[in-house]
Amino acid sequence: MQLASQIGASVTNGLGYIGSLASLGGRAAYYTFVAPFRGKPLRLQRAISQAMDVGVRALPILSLITFFIGLILALQAAYELRKFGAINIVATAVALSMTRELGPLITAIVVIGRSGSAFAAEIGTMKVTEEIDALETMAISPIRFLVTPKFLAMMVMLPCLTIWANAMGILGGSLFGVSQADFTFGRYIQASVDSLFLRDITTGLIKSVMFGITITAVGCFEGLSTGAGAEEVGRSTTRAVVMSIFLVVVVDLIFTTLFFFVSER
Amino acid sequence: MEKEQTISVDAEPVISLRDLRVSYGDREILHGIGFDVKRGETMVILGGSGSGKSTLLRTLVGLERPSSGQIWIKGRDIAVISQAEMDEIRRRIGMSFQGGALFGSMTVGENVALPLREHTQLEDSTIEIMLRLKLEQVGLEGFEYYMPSQLSGGMKKRAAVARALAMDPEILFFDEPSAGLDPIIAAGIDQLIMELKSAFRMTIIVVTHELASAFLIADRMVLIDKGNIVAIGTTEEMRSSTQPRVRQFLDRVAEPEVTQELDYLQMLTMERPSGRASRK
Repeated sequence: MQLASQIGASVTNGLGYIGSLASLGGRAAYYTFVAPFRGKPLRLQRAISQAMDVGVRALPILSLITFFIGLILALQAAYELRKFGAINIVATAVALSMTRELGPLITAIVVIGRSGSAFAAEIGTMKVTEEIDALETMAISPIRFLVTPKFLAMMVMLPCLTIWANAMGILGGSLFGVSQADFTFGRYIQASVDSLFLRDITTGLIKSVMFGITITAVGCFEGLSTGAGAEEVGRSTTRAVVMSIFLVVVVDLIFTTLFFFVSER
Repeated sequence: MEKEQTISVDAEPVISLRDLRVSYGDREILHGIGFDVKRGETMVILGGSGSGKSTLLRTLVGLERPSSGQIWIKGRDIAVISQAEMDEIRRRIGMSFQGGALFGSMTVGENVALPLREHTQLEDSTIEIMLRLKLEQVGLEGFEYYMPSQLSGGMKKRAAVARALAMDPEILFFDEPSAGLDPIIAAGIDQLIMELKSAFRMTIIVVTHELASAFLIADRMVLIDKGNIVAIGTTEEMRSSTQPRVRQFLDRVAEPEVTQELDYLQMLTMERPSGRASRK
């Protein structure tokens, strides 16, 4: 009985959390799509500098990680495939798993580590030093001022990063393909491209947009709900990272299931 | 001249509180606060730590919602108005936070100019001029390109005041203006508040526990303790008050210390140990 009530409480809390995220996302959407037509312009410049931070500055580390992931995928796939003498399917295996799943997911996780945590820390610190209160007393919405540029930057940059990550993953796979599986570089890339349908890439990109929304919502929400004191900033940063990773996986599951049943018909 | 000033002070209240109650969760912080602040008056809200004075200030600027009661600011009850109406009122008030609350990612100039850029359609050149003016008013001319982290505590406070002044507010709120400052710098901030008062006839609300500063700048003061008003009156009335709680605060007497173990036990258990009362 007690177990049931505990489960009930957790579920209610979880739903409440999702509700708060949705409310934050909704208000950010209002300031992105509606308010600019009512004389409250977007902070485009801020959004662009955020995009630099979230996107461009993530390229080196993201490239390295996804290159290695591509290589690992090739090794793992080849381990099984060579038993059947089908080692030339490696290109297909890497290309499909990168674009459909690992490209968006690894990108999201790198971005959570770099930017989701930074959002929570930045907004959390502003909360602790009363800067959020100061914005409100100046009749400036913290959502419009701080959160909306981050949403914009993330929604644009995450798909871009994902495309880059896909390419780097395939490149990583090609290192194995060329050195171990009698591919030439040109033939490996050709085989990868041939194995992909457009929808493999688009489903990945749709997921990455959703990941971007999730990461921003969690990061900003955790930042805004920071309590008093410096240690609270650390706590909300940690929570932002853990919750983001969890929710990104949940969103991934939901959309993958959705795409599975939609493409079946 | 003297008469004109009396009239401007005696005009209708700019802020009226009626039976204001504020709670955090189940815990009620303010238990029915009510007083008026007249136009052009400097009202100091005095109180110890945990008295609820900061909560009162936060409620006055709309950062906390009261659980009941009314807060009339410029003829509107901000306890019930919408966000848009509240924002309308907020453009007419300025608030200087305890730590300054300057935005660390912007220069001092950008901080001060922010309300102007957000709420007015003024040309950049005009904003530039107003910015210089505001910085000069607080004695920070030439500092517009500094980052807040490069300023000392006193300068941060001054910059925060300049930002609060940016929209030429009718009411100015100060949260602990002298907290964390050395006596000389704190005196400078007091001086600044008095200059603003005489130059612009602004209504000024100051929350503080610094007695010297309070008696210097206040027209009237209200002493708050444990969420209730203990006393309210002019500086003279406060100084000559015989109320024990007022005297204790003004004379800086510590809470009676518990020296005997029996008293301590009594304090913990809230009851008198039987048969030992005679020892007192």
